[in-house]
Amino acid sequence: MIAQYLADGIILGSSIALGAVGLTLTYNILNFANFSHGSLLSWGAYFAWVVVVAFSGVQGGTFGPLSFGWPFVAALVFSGVMTALLALVVDWLVFRILRKSNIQVALVIASFGASLLLRNLIVLVFGPEPQYYSDNIQIAQQILPGVRVTPDQIFVVVLSIVLVVVLHLFLTRTKLGKAMRATADNAALAQVSGINIHAIVRWTWVVGASLAAVAGVFFGLTVQILPDMGFNLVLFLFSAAILGGIGSIYGAILGGLVIGIASDLSVLFFSPAYKPAIAFAIMILVLLVRPSGILGEKAR
Amino acid sequence: MTEQNRETVLRVSTLEAGYTPGVPILRGTDIVVNTGEIVTVLGPNGAGKSTLIKAIAGLVPVFSGSVNLLGKDITGLAPHRMVAAGVGYVPQVNNVFAKLTVEENLEMGAYTRKHGVEERLEATYRLFPDLARLRHHPAGKLSGGQRQMVAFGRALMVEPKLLMLDEPSAGLSPKLVGMVFENVQEVRDSGVTILMVEQNAKAGLMISDRGYVLAEGKEQLEDRADALLKNPEVGELYLGSKGGLL
Repeated sequence: MIAQYLADGIILGSSIALGAVGLTLTYNILNFANFSHGSLLSWGAYFAWVVVVAFSGVQGGTFGPLSFGWPFVAALVFSGVMTALLALVVDWLVFRILRKSNIQVALVIASFGASLLLRNLIVLVFGPEPQYYSDNIQIAQQILPGVRVTPDQIFVVVLSIVLVVVLHLFLTRTKLGKAMRATADNAALAQVSGINIHAIVRWTWVVGASLAAVAGVFFGLTVQILPDMGFNLVLFLFSAAILGGIGSIYGAILGGLVIGIASDLSVLFFSPAYKPAIAFAIMILVLLVRPSGILGEKAR
Repeated sequence: MTEQNRETVLRVSTLEAGYTPGVPILRGTDIVVNTGEIVTVLGPNGAGKSTLIKAIAGLVPVFSGSVNLLGKDITGLAPHRMVAAGVGYVPQVNNVFAKLTVEENLEMGAYTRKHGVEERLEATYRLFPDLARLRHHPAGKLSGGQRQMVAFGRALMVEPKLLMLDEPSAGLSPKLVGMVFENVQEVRDSGVTILMVEQNAKAGLMISDRGYVLAEGKEQLEDRADALLKNPEVGELYLGSKGGLL
């Protein structure tokens, strides 16, 4: 019983971790808490759904036991690209102008507004009812004693691990990745080293939004697609990022898993309606013991 | 070498610059730095010394006047373009990427380079052998002196025409101050022209060719370093004595 909730928590945690990494990346470089990050997850899920629906008449078969085939892979890529573009447009329209004023709270409130706007646009365009990528019912299979998961859920966890490894290699091995870390560390010094930090800001949106899109698609694949999904998940993303130590990418991954597992395990004791409250309670408890988060740097 | 037959690297002409429009901190400053020189800018707190090199680096808005590097007008370029144009700058504080390793710090210094990064890394490790040993350590964990080497090394990775140092001795122990100024001389001897701002007037002038005294946003005095060291006006400014710094 506990093992099953643990497995469910890891699956939910994968989506949360990918979303929280994007959130922490933008926080790192742009220095503000972006509440509209959740809406990027929702849009990511719907962008992918559009492609899946467009290909629904095509008989392509599915990959082995998975519920989807090639159209879904195309949908995932399309969703990443479109969500990145959406993030760039929102940055250009809203955040770019407010950054000049240098008032952080204005950016945070504006991101909240952008989040509402993006959510309502989804209802307007796609309607309020839940959607699914596939009508196929997947049979959960026993992988360990007492643990049953569907092939799609295994796919989600494996691809999340792959993406985290790719992100790690990108940030530590490539020139652009290192420049992103340098800009997050010390933007003024990055500028006088010859780094165009406006370009770095754009790349940060691209990376963060693509990860948000994948997180949204994963949530849509394993739960369902809803206009409110990102809005509801953003609190989990924040708890994960803060719990892990805001600004720390590895902290966000760890935080995502902790929050995912803890909120699923909490179902053993409390009604599922309390999941977000549990996530926050855990975040507060950890911050009481370690104010900078699990992997966060001590405040200077 | 006399000053007349030296090529001018930097020419700052009647520069007005500041953080807020209409409130210039520099009020028509003129500075010239020639090839192979170490030039030190002295002056009391609030004279605009740091503002001067930040304006040259593109970090402070320029209202009027011009900055010329090797005959090219670079006034008002964005900071990252200044680097490409040949201006290296070492800030006074927060001058390393604390979370990046020593080697990554140096690589970021070479960000605008397309080729020869490996060769520059080797050259930097020859200049600062300590850094080769520490190359995989995060720069934030190093000692003050080692950090200053990383900061110099980072700025030198692009082989700048002009290296600007903002108070390189600030916050260092007297022993380290000596070491840092030795480094400054080594860097100059490797062919880099240097403009620095220094509170420690005596130590700064000892290794300099020329110096400027800046006050109220304008250069008040320009002379050879040895002459400034003996100048009673300079001594008065810094020590309140009439005898000069020596």
